[in-house]
Amino acid sequence: MTALPDAHGPKRSWWKSNQQKLTPWLFLAPGIFMFAVYVVWPIFASFQFSFYDWDGLSPKEWVGWGNYQELWGDRNFIISLKNNLIWLVLYMLAVPAGLGIAIFLNQTVSGIRIYKSLFFFPFVISQVVVGLMFAWFYAPNFGLFFQLTEWLFGTGTAVLANPDYATYGIIVAGLWPQIAYCMILYLTGLNNVAPDQIEAARLDGAKGLKMLWYVVLPQLRPATFIAVVVTVIGALRSFDLVSIMTNGGPFGQTRVLSFYMYEKALSEYGYRMGYGAAIAVVLFLIMMVFIAGFVWKMVRDERGH
Amino acid sequence: MLRKPLTAGLALSIALLAGTSAIAQQRVLTFNTDTSDPAPKAAFEALIADFEAEYPDIDVQVNLFDHEGYKTAIRNFLTADSPDLANWYAGNRMKPFVDAGQFMDVSDVWADNGLNEQLASAASSMTIDDKQWGVPYTYYQWGMYYNKALYEQVGAKVPETYDEFVENCKLFKDAGIDCLTTGTSAMWPGAGIFDYFNLRTNGYDFHMQLTGGEIPWTDERVRETFAQWNRLVEPGYITANAAAIDWQDAAALMSQGKAANYVMGNFAVATFKDGGMTDDTLGFFPFPTINPDVARAEDAPTDTVHIPAGAKNPEDAKTFLAFLARADVQTKLNAALGQLPVNNESTVDEADPFLSQGFEMLSTASGLAQFFDRDAPAEMAASGMEGFQEFMAYPDNLEDILTRLESDRQRIYAK
Repeated sequence: MTALPDAHGPKRSWWKSNQQKLTPWLFLAPGIFMFAVYVVWPIFASFQFSFYDWDGLSPKEWVGWGNYQELWGDRNFIISLKNNLIWLVLYMLAVPAGLGIAIFLNQTVSGIRIYKSLFFFPFVISQVVVGLMFAWFYAPNFGLFFQLTEWLFGTGTAVLANPDYATYGIIVAGLWPQIAYCMILYLTGLNNVAPDQIEAARLDGAKGLKMLWYVVLPQLRPATFIAVVVTVIGALRSFDLVSIMTNGGPFGQTRVLSFYMYEKALSEYGYRMGYGAAIAVVLFLIMMVFIAGFVWKMVRDERGH
Repeated sequence: MLRKPLTAGLALSIALLAGTSAIAQQRVLTFNTDTSDPAPKAAFEALIADFEAEYPDIDVQVNLFDHEGYKTAIRNFLTADSPDLANWYAGNRMKPFVDAGQFMDVSDVWADNGLNEQLASAASSMTIDDKQWGVPYTYYQWGMYYNKALYEQVGAKVPETYDEFVENCKLFKDAGIDCLTTGTSAMWPGAGIFDYFNLRTNGYDFHMQLTGGEIPWTDERVRETFAQWNRLVEPGYITANAAAIDWQDAAALMSQGKAANYVMGNFAVATFKDGGMTDDTLGFFPFPTINPDVARAEDAPTDTVHIPAGAKNPEDAKTFLAFLARADVQTKLNAALGQLPVNNESTVDEADPFLSQGFEMLSTASGLAQFFDRDAPAEMAASGMEGFQEFMAYPDNLEDILTRLESDRQRIYAK
């Protein structure tokens, strides 16, 4: 009986003395575990797979850099890369457009909440629904856009059947919810703009664009940063809209890297796991350039202030 | 007095024991299938009920998969948790599984039940390395479905030859009707058109060699196939913007009287009829003759059942395959499916003009192809179908398309 407190005593005191250090790790443990199993490990597994030729059934065969060499000669990979670039550039339009709508909506009119939620609506509905709606909008023969162009120019334009327009057509569909997202980020940012600074600027005679550029925007920098980050990542991981609206077509001209990876590794005509993994690695490295840049900037800002 | 309840109790417990042991003795057969659409689902439920009635000591347990999801799922369950039976497709589609040793050789089922004669039309597509790897239970024909009312309207006659077909197209074009419609948004409908142009221009053996990777895509004979096809593309006889149209939407064009012909599989009949067509307005004819010197061959994709190599109960699974191959079973199953039985001793519903025409057409064909994406390996099929889609939109790109397909061929088949 007397032995018990002795046995517990030192243990308890060890816990007590290390409690401060251990608690954060204990709270982090579930998150770290999930992150390691579902993010970190698959990343390294993809790197490993990309050096093999593997159909998912037969034994893996080591091919070294073979998959990567094949990538550079693969026309479809180049098309996907080019399309990803177009996505990246045009998707950025969501940031200024979101800002514009946010400034427009940042006023006190009766019922403004309803207008705000209506503008936010496209972000709430699923990307699949957005894709379907735009696909019907563009559809040859019965689509609204097709009929509009038919009425205007005599011959209808089937956006998604035209290799030159299709990617832009999908990006427009993607911009719709993305603008809503940027708008909501800016709306919350605008709430935090200091009224006294606006007042002071107004007294100094600033107005219009000058006011926006020199007084409001600097205060919105955190919102801009987040908006740019989510838009860059959104553009690079675009997949659902391509899959729903064109399935990569017409004749593979709207493929992006994530879709091409899916096609090669997981679709009905794919099952080249190694090749798909190589595409995923390239996409990952491109994303890493941006993510590393963002992280570097965040760390610098934190240290600087 | 004490004895009676005791014996009664004993008898009861023996009966109970016997009862439970009867259940324990009933052997389980797990069957993974993708027959999730209403008609196939009902057809398979009836099939399994009949099988269990005939073999009361076997209990078939069905795992139903969504049709599209099944194509991915089969790769997982074959390696991880094998059923005793699984649905799949004939031809090159089953080759990866045969090569990886995932399907069981069922040549003995074929030999013991005389299937080599009864299932002769599908034998070649079920055979790899001189062994049979499953049992085909249904197929359906491809061909030309047409709108009878439109033929009457422009005064066209059902064509026998391709020249007549092209002449009809001029009539339809003048009347503002698409002569041939298709929707290649999902790519495969274009492959059906290519199959027929190639089969009619160069014949079955050439087609199989081409999809088998033995003939370059830049071959003069392949160019001839595309040249014949171009007689419809260049003048604009095919529905515009087909690359952005779903096959069902193209079917609607035909039911609405905006298009006259559609190269399709027999499963599309239901879609045409949903669109308001009847046996009086919807017609079918075999794809017209292009080169009179080649024997007529048809596309007839075949659905099959296989025994995975990891099956726990292969003996009963073979019993099931033998049952499934039987003429009377296939007759009943296909009547419910609305498709054609593979067994040549089976019969089809004479009242269905499409089934009886198809059965007649297939049983007199010189060869049956499985369809482009089942005859060619998956990667080649994907780039081929992309090329066909592009050709129908930009026929001038043909040279570029063929060069690309040829370089793909050299890479894909070299492995």
